[in-house]
Amino acid sequence: MSRLLNEEHFDQTIAAERRIEPRDWMPEGYRRTMIRQIAQHAHSEIIGMQPEGEWITKAPSLRRKAILLAKVQDEAGHGLYLYSATETLGADRTELTEKLIAGKQKYSSIFNYPTLTFADVGVIGWLVDGAAICNQVPLCRCSYGPYARTMIRICKEESFHQRQGYELLMTMMRGTMAQREMVQDATNRWWWPSLMMFGPPDSESPNTAQSMAWKIKRHTNDELRQRFVDMAAPQADALGVRLPDPELRWNSDRSHYDFGAVDWDEFRRVISGNGPCNAERVENRRRAHEDGAWVREAAAAYAAKRA
Amino acid sequence: MKAEWPLYEVFVRGKRGLAHVHVGSLRAADDEMALHNARDVYTRRNEGVSIWVVRASQIAASSPDEKDPFFAPSADKVYRHPTFYDLPDDIPHI
Repeated sequence: MSRLLNEEHFDQTIAAERRIEPRDWMPEGYRRTMIRQIAQHAHSEIIGMQPEGEWITKAPSLRRKAILLAKVQDEAGHGLYLYSATETLGADRTELTEKLIAGKQKYSSIFNYPTLTFADVGVIGWLVDGAAICNQVPLCRCSYGPYARTMIRICKEESFHQRQGYELLMTMMRGTMAQREMVQDATNRWWWPSLMMFGPPDSESPNTAQSMAWKIKRHTNDELRQRFVDMAAPQADALGVRLPDPELRWNSDRSHYDFGAVDWDEFRRVISGNGPCNAERVENRRRAHEDGAWVREAAAAYAAKRA
Repeated sequence: MKAEWPLYEVFVRGKRGLAHVHVGSLRAADDEMALHNARDVYTRRNEGVSIWVVRASQIAASSPDEKDPFFAPSADKVYRHPTFYDLPDDIPHI
């Protein structure tokens, strides 16, 4: 088929809300964008195991430990579903991991902040996973079939992540004054970075228009950020914590919460490698990859010998 | 030596009475490891009662480029569908 016919078929498929599947012709830009976006998402899941993983051995009860272990294992699983989706586009997951380690591909800036207390585990579930769900629910309708199907699986599992976090925080809020202060402190530290998870404001997001035309993205960064604030504000009230934004208030004219300006300089600093934990996160990932090399080689040698 | 594990496609039977459905892929050194990894990656919440794994390189697939001619034989046989036949409304159970 000629390129023109191919392109027409691709455009019609997108316009008719049908999905693009792996063996379909697609524009190079679409393929590149999908690989970059899915890989970045996969890297975020894998790097995202670290901040909470630190607390597995320090969890205050067997119940919390089992929950946290299951959650971190889910994140590994999500990373693997996503690497699997990138391979349908012709990418190779080993190469993607190597690009992550070399700093050539990014992951969500949120995972470059430290987890200082056990309340952070709860706040990550509530706010960070809550923001991830806001981002990910519309991706279940992404035009690329394997990514959309992956997102459906992931969203089902994220719901457990958010609820366990909120339940953990409710438990701490019923505890001592010191525990309530820990929850407030964790909320103060994670609130703004959570808002940054939706990416730069629409006015500075050059790829949004093309991604929306290709139906990769269904809503702009600012729309999703607003949706998240509208969901989180009443949850904070129910929990009894303050969100650290003096400008946050309900606006009955807009039927939305108004909120203050995000510090985009901080966002740019962290995303470009200068957050509190960037070097440590990537170094841990590199070490795990290199320390595991002999296992991969031994398994391959054993399989080759038996074949 | 750089260990490249082959790609396996994974199919899961959700419960008895249903067919196996493709759920994704993974890398594994051999069939046994592929089955174990598939269990851990794709059935952490009772999503399956049976798993098939097959090396991706062993799957033959129709090409999207041939889509129209390949499926053409089924497109022009409308008489294979029950709606092709006009029957009066008052005939029962048909």
